[in-house]
Amino acid sequence: MGFACRPFFVENIKMTKKTILNSAHRELGARMVDFGGWDMPVNYGSQIDEHHYVRQSVGMFDVSHMTVVDINGVQAKEYLQYLLANDVSKLTRQGKALYSCMLNEQAGIIDDLIVYFLNEQNYRLVVNASTRDKDIAWLTKQSDGFDVSINEKPTLAMIAVQGPKARQKVCPILPERLGFAAAEIKPFNACWHGEWFVGRTGYTGEDGFEIMLPEDKAEGFWKQLIEVGVNPCGLGARDTLRLEAGMNLYGQDMDESKHPLESGLNWTVSWEPETRDFVGKQALAQIRQQGGLDEFVGLILEDKGVLRSHQQVVLEDGSRGEITSGGYSPTMERSIAFARVPSSIGKTCKIDIRGKLKDARVVKPCFVRQGEVQI
Amino acid sequence: MSNTPDDRKYADSHEWALLESDGNIRVGITDHAQELLGDLVFVELPEIGQKLVQADECSVVESVKAASDIYSPVTGEIVAINNDLEDSPEAINDSPYEDGWIFVIKPEDASELDNLLDAESYQNLTEDE
Repeated sequence: MGFACRPFFVENIKMTKKTILNSAHRELGARMVDFGGWDMPVNYGSQIDEHHYVRQSVGMFDVSHMTVVDINGVQAKEYLQYLLANDVSKLTRQGKALYSCMLNEQAGIIDDLIVYFLNEQNYRLVVNASTRDKDIAWLTKQSDGFDVSINEKPTLAMIAVQGPKARQKVCPILPERLGFAAAEIKPFNACWHGEWFVGRTGYTGEDGFEIMLPEDKAEGFWKQLIEVGVNPCGLGARDTLRLEAGMNLYGQDMDESKHPLESGLNWTVSWEPETRDFVGKQALAQIRQQGGLDEFVGLILEDKGVLRSHQQVVLEDGSRGEITSGGYSPTMERSIAFARVPSSIGKTCKIDIRGKLKDARVVKPCFVRQGEVQI
Repeated sequence: MSNTPDDRKYADSHEWALLESDGNIRVGITDHAQELLGDLVFVELPEIGQKLVQADECSVVESVKAASDIYSPVTGEIVAINNDLEDSPEAINDSPYEDGWIFVIKPEDASELDNLLDAESYQNLTEDE
């Protein structure tokens, strides 16, 4: 047997970083892998079972490897309006969250992130783990001339509890006042008390919470969640869940060589008000004006097999595109993918899988939400 | 710890090869391999009548995580394939040494099996990984 591709088995000898829950994962018999320099659970047995827990009841993920950065200062709002392609002035209610790309001057995507509005002078960002160093460097560089401070919060753990039963399991075991507040917040909003911070957000297409909490409370809370029936899930299931939900993965579906308009992220770019300048705006406006952009689509494999990133998409006119993320959908029991393709794409196409052309259907890249197949 | 029955031989690429009473060799992947791969979701089988040289790629197993090539442990001709795997690839996870067999090959020279590892050597190999 030879591994044709090993996305989760990154071979390197450098020391991997560990989250505060590392020993808890090992006690549960997790299969641990190097995930972007972090020693993380890929599954605790069956990735497919873990996927179904989240779609059908409730599961949880240790996402403490993600980077939390607070932006504080009298010019926090002006700074973020300049830094991000989406406009934080849309955030007017305390706790409201916004998804955005952070672009470079050429409109390439440095990272995607969530920004939470605490108040006009305080915002919280959650950025990817694998991009931590360059993100912090970029945040710092762009802050030149703004009265803000950039405060990373490395001592916060983060647990995502996701699924239709997530809220009913989590609210009763949160610290008391926070539990009442968390029960009331709407999707894409957050509440907090002391160092505990609860966002009704996620990366699975299901309802649920992402909970930031002090590291010394993390293991106790993780074990309490298990006691009330929340199933631990590995990052393997997180990947198939986000793929079904049509959510991009940084480093795979986009990176610094790609801009939002060819990554299915047009909706995250805020062109109004025209008076707002943001990093990459000029380059992106030029790209938009030139036109002829690739499209970002969803694919469903009609034949048997598994779609994988970097497989070639062959259009009816002979032109080609490429799969950016692909895999097996446990909910649909067939293979699905995202692909970047020429705009001449029709309703069907072929995929080159090991030299054989297989039939695929072209759809919007959102396959499953709230337990329901969208196609 | 993975299960490694001592009635068969093993390739360092994680296939097992079982010499049957009719002189043919049944082939699958090891318990250790299925554990590494995780849930299997697709198997591309070889074709009956296909002729292979030892270590030729002849099949692909795909899990939720990765696609992996399967190599023939001996030179010979494919005489049977496990069609049940088309609808139930998870049989490889549930029963890697029995229901999860992949193909049967008629060897040109069964003594090629002597080049493979015995159960103890294979077990040592996987413990080093």
